[in-house]
Order: sequence, then C-alpha cells, then structure tokens
Amino acid sequence: MDPIEMTVNGKVRTGTGAGPHTSLLDWLRGEGLTGAKEGCAEGECGACAVLVARPDGPDRTRWTSVNACLPPALAFDGQEIVTAEGLGTAPGACAVEDLHPVQRQMADRGGSQCGYCTPGFVCSMAAEYYRPERRPAESSAPDATGTSAVGEEHAADHETGPNGFDLHALSGNLCRCTGYRPIRDAAYALGSPAGDDALARRQDQPAPAPRHTRLSADGGEFVRPGSLEELFELLEQTPDAVLVAGATDAGVERNIRHARPPLVVAIDRLAPLRHLETTEDRIELGAALTLTEIERALDGRVPLLAQLFPQFASRLIRNGATLGGNLATGSPIGDAAPVLLALDASLVLASAGGEREVPLAEYFTGYRESVRAAGEIIRAVRIPLPLAETAAFYKIAKRRFDDISSVAVAVALRLDGDTVTQARIGVGGVAATPIRARATEELLTGRPWTRESAEAAAAALAHEGTPIDDHRASARYRSAMLGQALLKLYAENTPALEVAR
Amino acid sequence: MRFLSERPVNPSVGTTVSHESAALHATGTALYTDDLVGRSQNVLHAWPVQATHAHAEVTALCTEPALQVPGVVRVLTAADVPGVNDAGIKHDEPLFPSEVMFYGHAVCWVLGETLDAARRGAEAVEVEYAELPSLLTLTEAIEAESFQGNRPTISRGDVDAGLARSAHRFSGEIEFGGQEHFYIETHAALAHVDESGQVFVQSSTQHPSETQEIIAHVLGLHSHEVTVQCLRMGGGFGGKEMQPHGLAAVAALGAVLTGRPVRLRLNRTQDITMTGKRHPFHATWEVGFDDDGRLHALRTTITSDGGWSLDLSEPVLTRAMCHIDNSYFVPDVEVHGQIAKTNKTSQTAFRGFGGPQGMLVIEDILGRCAPLLGIDPGELRRRNLYTDGQSTHYGQPVRHAERLHAIWGQLHERAEVDARRAEVDAFNAAHPHTKRGLAMTPVKFGISFNLTAFNQAGALVHVYKDGSVLINHGGTEMGQGLHTKMRQVAATALGVPLHYVRLAPTRTDKVPNTSATAASSGADLNGGAVKNACDQIRDRLAEVAAGKLNIHPDDVRFVDGVITGIGFHDDGIAWSDLVNDAYFQRVSLFAAGYYRTEGIHWDGKRMQGEPFKYFAYGAAVSEVEVDGFTGAYRFLRTDIIHDVGDSLSPLVDLGQIEGGFVQGAGWLTLEDLRWDTSDGPNRGRLATQAASTYKLPSFSEMPEELNVHLFEHATEDGVVYGSKAVGEPPLMLAFSVREALRDAVAAFGPAGRAVELASPATPEAVFWAVETSRQAAAAAPAPVGATAGDGQARPAPAPVGS
Repeated sequence: MDPIEMTVNGKVRTGTGAGPHTSLLDWLRGEGLTGAKEGCAEGECGACAVLVARPDGPDRTRWTSVNACLPPALAFDGQEIVTAEGLGTAPGACAVEDLHPVQRQMADRGGSQCGYCTPGFVCSMAAEYYRPERRPAESSAPDATGTSAVGEEHAADHETGPNGFDLHALSGNLCRCTGYRPIRDAAYALGSPAGDDALARRQDQPAPAPRHTRLSADGGEFVRPGSLEELFELLEQTPDAVLVAGATDAGVERNIRHARPPLVVAIDRLAPLRHLETTEDRIELGAALTLTEIERALDGRVPLLAQLFPQFASRLIRNGATLGGNLATGSPIGDAAPVLLALDASLVLASAGGEREVPLAEYFTGYRESVRAAGEIIRAVRIPLPLAETAAFYKIAKRRFDDISSVAVAVALRLDGDTVTQARIGVGGVAATPIRARATEELLTGRPWTRESAEAAAAALAHEGTPIDDHRASARYRSAMLGQALLKLYAENTPALEVAR
Repeated sequence: MRFLSERPVNPSVGTTVSHESAALHATGTALYTDDLVGRSQNVLHAWPVQATHAHAEVTALCTEPALQVPGVVRVLTAADVPGVNDAGIKHDEPLFPSEVMFYGHAVCWVLGETLDAARRGAEAVEVEYAELPSLLTLTEAIEAESFQGNRPTISRGDVDAGLARSAHRFSGEIEFGGQEHFYIETHAALAHVDESGQVFVQSSTQHPSETQEIIAHVLGLHSHEVTVQCLRMGGGFGGKEMQPHGLAAVAALGAVLTGRPVRLRLNRTQDITMTGKRHPFHATWEVGFDDDGRLHALRTTITSDGGWSLDLSEPVLTRAMCHIDNSYFVPDVEVHGQIAKTNKTSQTAFRGFGGPQGMLVIEDILGRCAPLLGIDPGELRRRNLYTDGQSTHYGQPVRHAERLHAIWGQLHERAEVDARRAEVDAFNAAHPHTKRGLAMTPVKFGISFNLTAFNQAGALVHVYKDGSVLINHGGTEMGQGLHTKMRQVAATALGVPLHYVRLAPTRTDKVPNTSATAASSGADLNGGAVKNACDQIRDRLAEVAAGKLNIHPDDVRFVDGVITGIGFHDDGIAWSDLVNDAYFQRVSLFAAGYYRTEGIHWDGKRMQGEPFKYFAYGAAVSEVEVDGFTGAYRFLRTDIIHDVGDSLSPLVDLGQIEGGFVQGAGWLTLEDLRWDTSDGPNRGRLATQAASTYKLPSFSEMPEELNVHLFEHATEDGVVYGSKAVGEPPLMLAFSVREALRDAVAAFGPAGRAVELASPATPEAVFWAVETSRQAAAAAPAPVGATAGDGQARPAPAPVGS
C-alpha cells in the first residue's frame, strides 16, 4: 500500500494523523494550516472552505470549493488541495506581499472585518474566479432595483456580476460582520485569470486519479474501493458501513452526533456511479455525480431541476452532495425528492445480485427508511421523457439562500389544451417521508386548468400529509403553504388574468 | 482636552485605509485564539458535561467512569476550585453549579489528551438530577412574578395628565425575540502556567481585564499573577463581554491543576446552548397623541428575559429604558423596567445593549398607530423628532437635535422618497399577489457607558530609537477596526506616516484596569488615551526640535514624519533623526496615556442624569417586496445617512454601518430562537442550536441596492479628532426594514388599519399578517380611518408601579 499523501498548496504532505474519522479540516489545521476555520461543523457557514482539484471531463481539472469540515481527510489521498494560505502571501517577517487577485479585492474593498470567515470566502470566490464558463455579461446589467419599472413582477436579478460572477458561488459562506455588500463588490470587480496564473493553467491538465486507499485506525477503517464489485464485497462484510461521496450528511453525523462507523467507504469516484446519459425516453443520472455536475451537464434541460439547484443548500454543498446521497439518507425534507417525485423518477438499485428499478414513489417506507436492502446501493436516478409542460418547484424556508425547507412542493402537470391529463405533486416536510400528493393529483386529473380547479386542488393539497409544529414553521403554516403553492402556480401561469381581475 | 477634536494638517485619520489585518485575513494567516493550539506542546482539551434539564438539583456527580476512558486526564469539579466558585461579577453564576439552571448548563469539565478523549470522558460522567419546576417564557415568568435585580422607573411629568389631554389614546403590548450573536469564531481560551506560577491565558474576550479578575478570583490569586491576552476575535458583538470569563477560568484552573496547557474551545452547539444572547422583551404600553400626531404621553412597562442569572441584564435594561424615546420628544413619560428570571442561558450584551429593544417599542407604537391617526408613518415620525432645547425623559439635553432634521431631510431627498412612494403605490395597485413597502426611520443613540466609571481608558506608546512606534491600548479588536483607527490616531498625533506605527496585541500586563471594548466606545476612549500618550511624547520631542530650530516649542509642526516649525516649510528634521537626538538628550520616548470622558454623570438611583457624551444620529429608508402567497420577502433597496462625526476611518465606518444594519435586519426578520417549551423530556432545550436551524442573514438578505452616506460637516467637539462612535447605532437603522414590511403587509388590506407584525418578522409571521390584512379587505369595506385597530381593541394595561 502506498503511503497516504495529499498535495496541499503545491507541497506533498503525508497523511499522518488522519484516521477514518478525521475531517479534512481537522487534518489541515493539525498540519499548521489554520487558515480554514471551524464555524459550524455542519457545512452551513463556509469558514472552512478550501479548493480541491476535481475532474472536469477526462482531460481537465476544475478547482472546486468544498467545506473541509465534512469530507474525511483520507478521501483526498493522492489529491490536490489549495487553501487560502496557498493562494497568496501576506506581508510579514521576511515575506513580501503577494496577494491573489481575490485576496487583493477582499482586502482593498473592506471585504473583511473580523477576518474569521474570510479565508473561506476567498476560496469560494477563487473557485468562481477560475470557473471556465464565467464570462463578462454581454451588456451591463441595469443598476436599478427595478422599482422604477412598475410593470416588473419581481426585482431585477442582482445575482450575477458584470464579470459573470455568479453570486450563488458564495451562498454557503456566512459573514456576521460586513453585511456582504463589500464582498459582493469584491467578487464583481474580479477580472479574468492572467495567462501565467498557475492555478488557471493547472485546470488544463487532467485531475489527479483516485487512489485505492485503505487505512485502519482509531477503531475504524476507511476504504476507497476500485470497483463496484469490491464495494459490494465490503458491504457484505460490514453491513453497517457508511458510504460517502461528498459526506455532506455523514460529515454532520460525525461532527455533531459523533457517529463513528466501523467502516467508511468512499464512492465518489466510482465510474459506474458517475455517468450521465440521455436517450429518447429518459435521462439517467449517476448516483455519485455531484449536484453541481448535474446542473452543469443538464444546463436547464430539466426545468424543475434547474429551479431546484439554486435552492438546494449552497454551492459549497452542491459541489460535494449527490442525488444518491440525498435519497439514501432519506430525509423527509430533502429537496431533491419532491422534485424527483414530480418528475416520476425511478431509482436503479444495484447489489452483488444485480440491478432492479424502483419508482421513487415506492422507495420510501418510513422515517429515513426505504425498500433498499442491505448490501444494495443507489446506482442511478432515471427521469422519464418527455417532461410535463407545466412544472414548478416551491421551497418555503426562512432564508432564500442555503436553508432547510419547512415545506417543499414540486408540481408537474401535463395538459391537453386546457385539460389536465396527468398531475404529479411531490411534497417534502409534511410527513415522515417525502410523499406524492395523490388525492390532489386525482382531483386535478381530467379537470380543466382553471382558477376554480386550482382553488379546489389547493384546498385538497392543504390537507395532504401530517405536518407538525417545529422550530422551522407551524403545522398551520406548512398546510397553508401546500395550498398556496398551487395558487401561486396558477397565478404565475396566468398573469394577465390576475392583473385584469 | 481642548484640542481633542482638532485635526492637524494632513492627518492620517480620515483617510481610507483597509483593515490593518486585511492581508492576514485574506491569506488565512491572521491568528485567532484556537489557532495557537498547535504552537504549544502537550495541550489538554476540555469538554463540558451539559445538563439535560431546564432546572434541577445535582444530587450525585460520579466522575470515576470518565477517568477510565483512555486519554482522560482529569475531571474539573467544584471541589477543585481554590478560590471562589463563581464566574460572574454578581456572585450569582457558580462556575460548577450544584443546581443546574438551564438545559445545557455545564456541570463539570473533562480534560483529555485529545478532544475526542475529553468528549468520550464527558459522556461517561454520571450525573443524577432531581428535577425542579422551570420557567421558560416571558409570559410564564411575568405571571409567576419571577424577577431578578432591580425594578427601576424613569419618569418625567405627569403621564395621567398627559394622557388626559391627548386627543387620541391607544394601548397595546408586544413581545419580541432575542438574538444569538453567532460570531463565526466561537468562544475559545488557551491557558498556560509558567515556572513561577504566573497564569497566562489567551482568550477571545472583549473584556480582558474582567476575564483576568474572574480567573484570579476563581484561582484565589491576585490580579498581578494572571495575564490575559487577546490577539483578535472572530467577532464579538457583545457576546464576548461577559461570557468568556468562566470559560477562561476553567482553562486556567485546568492548567494550574495539571501543569499543562489547557485549551477550551466551544463548538457551535455548545456555544449556542451555553452562552447568553440578546434579551427578548415584553412591553405593555399606553400612548397619547394630539390631533397633529404629536406625542403627549407614554406609559410603558418593559420586561426583559434575563435568563438564569443577572449578568449584564441591569445595565441592558437601563439602556433600553433610556432609549424608549428613540428620536422622539415625549413630554410626559413613565417607563417601568423589570428583569424576568427564566431557566435559559443568561442573556447578555449584544450590539445596542438594550437600546434596540427600547427603541423597537416606540417604533412599533408609531408604526401601529399611524394608520389610526390617518397620518403617513414617515410623517408621524418626522413630526415627533426632537428639536433643539428639548431634553430626554432622563434629563439629558438633546444636543445637535438639528442634525436629526438635517439627516431626515437629506435622506428624504436623496432616496427620492416621494417619487418612490408613488411608484410603490402604483406597483401595489397593479399586483394583487405581490406588494411593496417603503419606510423611513430615524436613530438617536446615546454614546458612553451608562455607568460613568467605565468611561476611562489607558494606552502605552513606545517610540523606539529608530523612530518606529509601537502602541498598546486597552481595547480589543473584534473586527470593528479599532486597531486600524488607533494606528491612524497615533500616526496623526505624532505626525508620522501610518506605516511607522505598529500595534501590539491587547494584554492586561500592558494596560491595566480597562473597560470592556463595548458600548461603541472603543475608539472614543482608547483613541483619547492613545492620543494623550502620543501628545506627551510629541510635546517632549517638540522641546528637542525647538532647540534645534531655535523656535518656541508651540510653533513646532509634525507632518508626515518631518518636523518643521512656522517659517521652516522649506527645511525640516526627519522624525527618526529627531527621535535619535531626543534619546541622546535623555528624553523619555514612551508614555502611558489616559483618558476619561468629561461632562457625563448618571445617578442610577434617581435614574436621571446626563450619562451620554453625545448622541449618534442616523436615518434609513428601506423598500421591500412581499410575496402574498408565502410571506417571503426581498430587501430591494436601502438608503442610509449616518452621523459618525468626522470619520476616523471611512472604510471602517462604512463597514460598521452596513454590517450593523444587516445584523439588525437579521434580528428583526430572520433570526428566530426557539426553545422547547413543552412539558416533555426536552423541556428547556434550545431547538435552534446550529447554523442549520438558526439562520443569520446570508447574501440573500442584503438589500440588492444599498446606498450609505456619512453625514457631512459633522465635527463632534470634545471627541478624538471630531469623530463619533459607530459600532452600535447603525444596527437600529434596520427598523426601516421592519416598518417597510409592515407597510407592504398593510397594502394587502384596507387603508387606515393598524397592522401588527411579530418580531422576528419571519416569512411565516409576515404571511399571517398578510392573511389578517386580506381578511380585513374581504370584510365589509370600512371608511378610511374608521377601522378599529388592534391597538385600540385591547383593554388598557393594568396600572403599574403605583
């Protein structure tokens, strides 16, 4: 077995001190790289963000920002990592100031006050700085809020800079001091990487290959299997092994609930779990593709998913999180499930014994329980084509960026003229599992899509599920929001009628 | 102090410079307390055993099983305390309690070779509890008359008479939430003991002197045996004014008992469940207006939720009572204050220190009553602004009240309030499901510690033979840019370029007996002290230069590192040459500076006086958009004009204004602390104890357009270089957001109706308010102004304090 080693800021370091339960963040800090900070230990604040070299197709690399507090350090065996310390140098004893353009903008524009969140912001911002698709806007966006344009239903989009900077790149970073305006200004002032920028040039080369890592320590084991067969074997030997891709859930279990599983298996680089295929009658999404990868590859092809992604946690999380992980943890409020239910998706479950396809609507059996058998994994998600014409996703949460839903509703209607021929409504946050609102679907089917139908369906939808009171919302509000979703969908699809009313 | 506010030629103050650690921040090389752990050998890690009851007696504590856990070195309990087992200044906060007062209260602490070992040790400690009855909500506590501390009254005039002559009288009540500080750096301390028993504690503290005092009294040592250093904090906001002391004391106790360095860092869950927050408040009120909407009388009883111990609840209450007027003159006032004792974390200082809570009460009153008076809320506010010659209800003349009017007028124009009001109305008429709201609110905030004695500061300034300057002062850096400003003050006072001046970390062995870096006063107090030290050195150097130039010392000028005199503009002495000459003439090149704020006095018994050196003023206009389907909203635009005097450091001040505003908006709209108030097994547990459940503003909550202007020609006499404090006042500019939400909610219903809005105004709260508006619209249309508001519908509150 090769020694475990990670390349951090261009320097190879052996993985001494990294056990199966050591996060990348704790390992980095143990190495003296204390720039990345622990602010929340659950991937919500981004103070721990770092850059990792991820494959961008077979020939290229993409600097990808992730929360270092979540993934195991061992998942980066053989990989390359850049921290805020590696992007540039502050002036100091025997050091000449050499700030990265991102650091320069943050420093000059008052982007830091206490500075604790700053290294994380810098890494998130750098990832967006190097994003190959980032292009300056064709025409400069209007500066006004849209308040003078009385006809606009919503305020103008302020989430993309004139330099093409997507503000959602920073949606997983919290700052308690600045109020964000100077950070946004810093992001929107960035130019393009210089021709000799080493990190930009690094993106032109293939990403580091995954290693066949295996290490036992601290009463646990970490394995990165090389094949599905090896994975199934491991699952057979250790049924309570925990599979991790981005570890966006498993990392929280480890940090907050101190979960110490006997075996951690990294599956994020297994090729059979990472393909994306579109045929005439379906789209198949590999279970270990990150949400960011799917978002990029589909590029708006599935409008419901395109509505979901910007509302699904944050960029930092989407860079690690996978559909497979989201469905396997089976959270009743996981935002992907309602959307996939509305899309009539099914799951491909695979085991040593072969594969089977299960409709997502039949997958969940109880709170964080499913029909997935021991030794079985989610290999892919299938979305049937063609898609329903009228579809919308509504997420109700306290905060627009990076919050957990109190209610999530996805609606997909097939219409023949005015008549609803098929309705699919996926709902999260109102039962022990994500559910289909079947009574409402039935009520709508065969009816004309009119205000009366929408109101009748809204009344029915408000009674689906068994919502509870908790710190996110009251049961009463959750029920109300179910109904409001259909009314909103109707209003959005018939704005002229609404105004004339 | 005659010259305190005068600026010399070419001052460093007033120039736009980045935070003095900006490059270190951006490169991740700025060090915070917990970053130091790897620089020490053999460090032990501390983990608490937290109570699982809201209120219970500890009947048995068995630490033996923890010691069996591999890696566990020691368990710290009350029996280990050589000094006083108390973490507070009121002696009501046992460091190791025998009666746990809230869910999450630390019973004892386990020290381990690793953090994981300490945690597993803590899980092994066996604690037996006898449950006691608990009070969680303000309502429960008020009913049970569970109060703590004093119950003061501030009054002026005759409220009954004032109400009697009021054409319009309303009454009502409001209860609103607290706020978690959520500094991104949680509490941390790292303690060492040296060979002579000297205790050295690195602590993330806003109040190193008090941290030192508490450590000393817990350890039974004298203050000169304990040194506390704070490199910098990753945010404080008041949350590290009182709360770090006990934690630092635990680390110090562990270090003394084991002889090894001890690190104590709370993780986020521990930090939220163990440390204090902004006080929630309840208020009942009765108010009278004349026909023009002028306030005649206000009687109110405000009750804060202090949590389990007093901590800073009394001064927080005092400030709330002193700020019940915000910017408005009320002739007859009676404010009663009381502090509820509940089984929750001990609520503490938080940016504004009760001021925001007091001001919320009057802003809520005006926002609710304006439609009932038939007066535009902005106009109602403007009519009631203080004018020159008027005094507050506690007897302080409102100096520079004309600034309030100037700011109001300038902002009204700059933000195009009239035109945008028309646009908002047109938008609302055209959109049944989406409504916009626009509101303008003022801020007047008193600057100085209410407690007069705290208004003093010290500094220690060294000039080395090569001309380089090192300054120490008693203030701490938590991101507010104090150190940046202090460098600028020193560079200005000495007349040297900014890069000559370096700042050393805050330490109690350099400057003793300091006040907390709090009450927005850091720059005023420490700036005065730094300037005083620099002035002493400069005066000595002026003597030396005067001899060389053969002129009177008063005529010597120090500008940009060159020393000249009147008539010597073409010739000068380099700063470093003069410093070197002074050394050889045996002139002292270091000085201790001291500053006390003059002209303030507060009588805490009569609740009268002039506690504030001056008032900071500002105003904001906010526009929001509310989705009628969900209650979700967006902040479209905010315009602010704020008075920072003559800014010491414009980039820093702008950052404080914007950051304070957004933090205030978070408190009023988004940040929602929820405790389990059921009678179940988790009664008293904080349900929102993580970043995933307690949401603070993110990018999606900053106004899409934010225009901030500093009030111009704003020199403040008697303050360092004519500046004003800026830390807290801008937080309250966020009332404009809450009032804009109220305005948008009102647009869903008929005109002339009082709109009640919960605080925080979460999307759910806004949705229910919208529903109430829509129901009112659906009911038989009432003539404008005739609808009975909720404020009127309630019976008057029972007389209090009589």
